[in-house]
Amino acid sequence: MSAPLTEPDAAPRPAPGPPLWLLLELTYRCPLHCAFCYNPTNYAQSQTELETGDWIRVLREARALGAVQLGLSGGEPLTRQDLEEIVAEAHRLGFYSNLITSGVGLTEPRLRALKSAGLDHIQLSFQDSSQQMNDFLSSTRTFDLKSKVAALIKQYDYPMVLNVVLHRLNIDHVEEILNMALRLGADYVELANTQYYGWAWHNRGQLLPSRAQVEQAERTLQRFRENLSEPMRIFFVVPDYFERRPKPCMNGLGSIFLTIAPDGTALPCHAARMLPGLEFPNVRDAGVAQIWYDSEGFNHFRGDEWMKEPCRSCPEKARDFGGCRCQAYLMTGDAANADPVCDLSPHHHLVTEAVARAERPAHSPPARAEEPLVFRSDLNSARLFPNKNGA
Amino acid sequence: MNDSGISPDSRPAIMRGFRLQWEPAQNAQVLLFPEGMIKLNGSAGEIMKRCDGERTIAEITADLERAFATTGLHDDVVRFVAMAVDKKWLRIPP
Repeated sequence: MSAPLTEPDAAPRPAPGPPLWLLLELTYRCPLHCAFCYNPTNYAQSQTELETGDWIRVLREARALGAVQLGLSGGEPLTRQDLEEIVAEAHRLGFYSNLITSGVGLTEPRLRALKSAGLDHIQLSFQDSSQQMNDFLSSTRTFDLKSKVAALIKQYDYPMVLNVVLHRLNIDHVEEILNMALRLGADYVELANTQYYGWAWHNRGQLLPSRAQVEQAERTLQRFRENLSEPMRIFFVVPDYFERRPKPCMNGLGSIFLTIAPDGTALPCHAARMLPGLEFPNVRDAGVAQIWYDSEGFNHFRGDEWMKEPCRSCPEKARDFGGCRCQAYLMTGDAANADPVCDLSPHHHLVTEAVARAERPAHSPPARAEEPLVFRSDLNSARLFPNKNGA
Repeated sequence: MNDSGISPDSRPAIMRGFRLQWEPAQNAQVLLFPEGMIKLNGSAGEIMKRCDGERTIAEITADLERAFATTGLHDDVVRFVAMAVDKKWLRIPP
């Protein structure tokens, strides 16, 4: 979610605008096992999913409020056999729908059905440029299948949009990744540096690249762009750990984004369920309007009343909203602190120390041998959270 | 033909993968694209909704001048279309 949906407003807004951007995480089921997944590590505890009728009602209620961008994500949304039905209703309502997929399950009959249901756009993920690395990083054998799906997406006249999440183990392959994108005829490539939530947070010691790796990747990208003769557009999502100011995460919680988790929990960001002390409502119990405008879960981090110093008196608070609440919570234990990416934060050393620990040769393992890469799977989720009250 | 590559005979069209639609909640024409949205002001919306790949710049201009009972819009239309082509919201089919 790199491109801002609208220009950020200059002032905190007492009356929130509509939830312009709706993200439906239709399921946590996924055939891939990516170690950088941002889904919660305890997802195996909540395997319940809304039924088709609930998703349809959410679409109608959100659209009535003014929602217009629709992300269909997960997990792998194609594991839902009612995806076509959901897309058809979204299209009828006037959403611009975007399927965010691993490609697994995107057979020609399903793609044909999705096209005729009115799906606007598909974003296909790859994990790396080679079969070996793609299949290692996703812990599956999916590279050849993804390549076939890429061809199919073009055949059905969709823009070919590739997303590759970058981290320590693949960021040195940026040139190969971009060449692969050219071979696949990509129109857009998003090189998204890992954001450290969920499984990625658990695996941060293994995934955070060194500064030298990031700088090399940026140089490679620059050179590639200069020599590019095809009309392929490349977006590079900067890794925020290497910045001095935080990202304006979600344009501020409760400003434009509404995520619905598989079980119907409504969240101001797909990672927000981790934030302690906040009750997030469920669309099974309340209407979308009530959830968006009246619930504590959505109102708490609106405006700037919740901010502490240095954010509260900071002239930049209207631009970055203090950064990411989840990152503040994960790293400092208090979601109301400044995002420690900001070098004005008293906790900024937590970021610089993590970056310093990454300053080892690119392919050497983490300093602590007891930090294996943990792939996202039901089994690992259950191992990490053996009882029901895990966070 | 000026240096933006746009002539009175150009037939601008919305870029593939983009969609223009009227949004009552925002009281505006918006241009939708993957993970983004541009809210257009009144005149931009009026120009954009005529960019259907069929009508030429000259026809779009004439239609706007008729609809708003005015004249001399040609340069404004070309300026907007050039900007929108530059931003890849519009394309000029060959």
